Amino acid sequence: MELARNPLRSLTAYLAEGIDGTLLAIALAIAALGLVTLYSASYDQPGRVAGQAANLAVALGAMWLVARVPPQTLMRFALPAYLFGLLLLVAVVLFGDVVNGARRWLHIGVTRFQPSEMMKLALPLLLAWYFHRREAGLRPLDFAVGAALLALPVLMIARQPDLGTAVLVAAAGFYVIFFAGVGWKLLAALGVLGLASLAPLWGLLHDYQRRRILMLLDPAQDPLGAGYHIIQSTIAVGSGGLTGKGWLHGTQTHLEFIPERHTDFVFAVFSEEFGLLGNCLLLVLYALLVGRGLMIAANAASFFARLLAGSIALMFFTYAFVNMGMVAGILPVVGVPLPFISYGGTALATLFVGLGILMSVHRHRKLVQT
Amino acid sequence: MRPAELRDHERELYYFQLRIGFAGAVVLVAFALLFARFFYLQVVQHDRYASKAEDNRISIVPIAPNRGLILDRNGVVLARNYSAYTLEIFPAKVHDLERTIGELGEVVEIQSKDRSRFRKLLAEARTAESLPLRTRLSDEEVARFAANRYRFAGVEIKARLFRQYPLGATASHVLGHIGRISTRDRDRLEELGVEANYRGTDFIGKAGIEASYQHELHGTAGVEQVEIDAAGRGLRTLARTAAQPGNNVKLTLDVRLQQIAEDGFGERRGALVALEPQTGAVLAFVSRPGFDPNLFVDGIDPANWDALNNSPDRPLNNRAIAGVYPPGSTFKPFMALAALELGKRTPRSVIHDPGYFVFGERRFRDSKPGGHGTVDLYKSIVVSSDTFYYQLANDLGIDAIAGFMQHFGFGARTGIDLEGEASGVLPSPQWKKKRFRQPEQQKWYAGETISIGIGQGYNAYTPAQLALAVATLANQGAMYRPHLVSQVENPRSGTRRAIEPELVKRVPLRAENVEFVLRAMAGVNREGTGARAFAGAQYTSGGKTGTAQVVGMKQNEKYDERRVSERLRDHALFIAFAPLESPRIALAVLVENSGFGARAAAPIARAVLDYYLLGKLPAAPNKPAPVEDAEEEESD
Repeated sequence: MELARNPLRSLTAYLAEGIDGTLLAIALAIAALGLVTLYSASYDQPGRVAGQAANLAVALGAMWLVARVPPQTLMRFALPAYLFGLLLLVAVVLFGDVVNGARRWLHIGVTRFQPSEMMKLALPLLLAWYFHRREAGLRPLDFAVGAALLALPVLMIARQPDLGTAVLVAAAGFYVIFFAGVGWKLLAALGVLGLASLAPLWGLLHDYQRRRILMLLDPAQDPLGAGYHIIQSTIAVGSGGLTGKGWLHGTQTHLEFIPERHTDFVFAVFSEEFGLLGNCLLLVLYALLVGRGLMIAANAASFFARLLAGSIALMFFTYAFVNMGMVAGILPVVGVPLPFISYGGTALATLFVGLGILMSVHRHRKLVQT
Repeated sequence: MRPAELRDHERELYYFQLRIGFAGAVVLVAFALLFARFFYLQVVQHDRYASKAEDNRISIVPIAPNRGLILDRNGVVLARNYSAYTLEIFPAKVHDLERTIGELGEVVEIQSKDRSRFRKLLAEARTAESLPLRTRLSDEEVARFAANRYRFAGVEIKARLFRQYPLGATASHVLGHIGRISTRDRDRLEELGVEANYRGTDFIGKAGIEASYQHELHGTAGVEQVEIDAAGRGLRTLARTAAQPGNNVKLTLDVRLQQIAEDGFGERRGALVALEPQTGAVLAFVSRPGFDPNLFVDGIDPANWDALNNSPDRPLNNRAIAGVYPPGSTFKPFMALAALELGKRTPRSVIHDPGYFVFGERRFRDSKPGGHGTVDLYKSIVVSSDTFYYQLANDLGIDAIAGFMQHFGFGARTGIDLEGEASGVLPSPQWKKKRFRQPEQQKWYAGETISIGIGQGYNAYTPAQLALAVATLANQGAMYRPHLVSQVENPRSGTRRAIEPELVKRVPLRAENVEFVLRAMAGVNREGTGARAFAGAQYTSGGKTGTAQVVGMKQNEKYDERRVSERLRDHALFIAFAPLESPRIALAVLVENSGFGARAAAPIARAVLDYYLLGKLPAAPNKPAPVEDAEEEESD
């Protein structure tokens, strides 16, 4: 046998089984840009790049595992994962650590993590499962139940307070509802309702959240305070020009004008050093990633797989759009990382698990269709 | 498969793919929007932002404002600032901290307490922060480091302002102390929306006036525009908006009176609060033992912190407002007033005091064996008859007592301008219901009312509450909120803002009843339990002694017998006001575990009154009154 004669090739074949090369290539390209950017951003903390590389290795492992799980099996995890996520969110309220004034972290043994991160996948998983079960005849009532299942974790996360993650989780859930076929009229009504609820929502926001939104209108009002992030990141992007200042030559970055330059504002570093051309490259890569994800959704075998894949694909888009919009000064400052680039293990793992799900959906696309 | 079902399925898939297409279009539009924004910033507005980035060679550096001073009522400085050099490390820029510190030790002296303090700061620090390793460098050390500077990346010498408390431990519980801004402090500042103003600030008030007047003392941060080179080093200052220093805070305290009061305690633990009845101004405020607030100024080192925090004397505990004690017999004048106001006794009511009071099966004993014989209301205060007040408490009932005492602020925070005030306990059936869980514990027993009458039982008040009650009584029922700050002054403009006395309430009382109780209290100092302490006083005064039983001995303290017996001794109390005709000062003194109030607490009150009214210094300062065993025949 050929396989027996070439053990290396058989191992590669085993590893590559179920892995979608296109998706992986795009994601790794973005991640490579990320490591390069992090190297520049963390000139004073050399451990960061190695740390992120290690995070990447762990995330790839998680992706590989998930990619081998068929969607039917994933479906079985939907309800337990959602309930477990809710339980963890309650645990955060009771025992969570407070970091920077927000109660988001939960200790487990030696490490700690943010349960809200888990909801980014658990919520679309649950909603996809719910609508799949009721596929035969979806009624408006089902969408109302779906909305309630969405609202529960989102409100809990918003209360932590973690507006950024709440928005992302809400978006992920909304995409499932949208793809499940909620009527356009109902959608329009929801939109109006959403706009109308902005006023009371404003009252629920914390002072600093309100200030961040107001800052968007006039950042110069408080150059030392809340406006600082926006002013400095806009300068970084704008001064990058067409071709950028060159790798390791961003003055905004290296003179420490950019806050949070490893995490939420890493795009300012990228944009300053690689300019509009770099930004276009990144936009194209993200567009390809999202496009590939939507294509996988379009060809998916079951209703469940379709909804889940569509939601995950649009989740990548949301991350990228909200983060880049924030850095470029057209969206308020909320804590959303730039996908595959921002420093941080949990977010990276979530993204790659999402990729793994897409790959699993893609691999099993033909099983039922014939 | 039936065709209809298949068609349905296909139609559904078609609609889904339609939505996928729609989503794809939205994504493209959104990315196009981003592209447009990037194009606008990076091409259209590029020149503008490029020059802004170039201007960003100009770094905006916040300047921390000078903290305001704290002064006593005569302008004596109690807290000030001085400038000194510190050696600071920026941990993120140093690869091997331990080695760097070791090498620094060859250039400037670094003691092990500096190291341990630095490690503590490192553990608490936010990431981007430079931390002091050594403070108060000598000129020689600064020069030595400057010569070796090239060896130490990420280490800098900075000139900083330090807080100093020139009088050391004097009034330490009033002043409190400052400390480095913790993560929790940052969160609170962010909640208040003032974090930008604290950007250059390292220290914040942690206790006392330093904490409660933090926002007055802090000032407004300035901004300096510094031109920096490509490596980020400052080249020259281009422009600056000066910081506005914090306001000076002037206290109502007279520091000399404060010292006399503190010295009166000697080595003993306790508290004293003296008030001006007509305004609520705090004239002296003692909680002993105190602490040296200078220890906290550049981050307290762990050894000192442990010593302060773990001492059984609990020197960081502000006894005057956070310690609660039974008032003992100092409660009696208020009980007498309650009896008169509620018509349960008249000045002519007389009882026979056999030395005990029988209630049901129980016999409540008087502190004087054999009793005081025939006792009227006046004598009951002067000689401090327990039997009289056992009976009175029984006649009044707990609801009437609680209802009346509440007027004088017992069991409620006084509202003094310090943080951390305890509310104490004004016992009542309602309180018991709230306090306990078990139904049998929640019930109020009539027998419990009896000892309430002599200030024992569940009664638990802070010395500040007791002082406020005396001041209110001396001021004919007009209660003013106690306050430690008389004015806040802007050091630049010199404008002053006086803190106006704040009338809390007027307790409706009949003048002749108040007059009677005040006269009886004058009798205490003239011919009663306070007479010895007030012998030869050149002013009229009223007082009342008290002795409070220490309850709730902890099991685990039993092994050290000498210590236990000391801590089990009664607390000595004394309340006073003077002069009788128009009181200018009212006070409460408590000396822990010192036995009779007349012996341990009254002399401290005498020294305070002598100085405040006559300007007379105590004859033998610093000599603590001998603490004798409470075996002597003496009534409190």
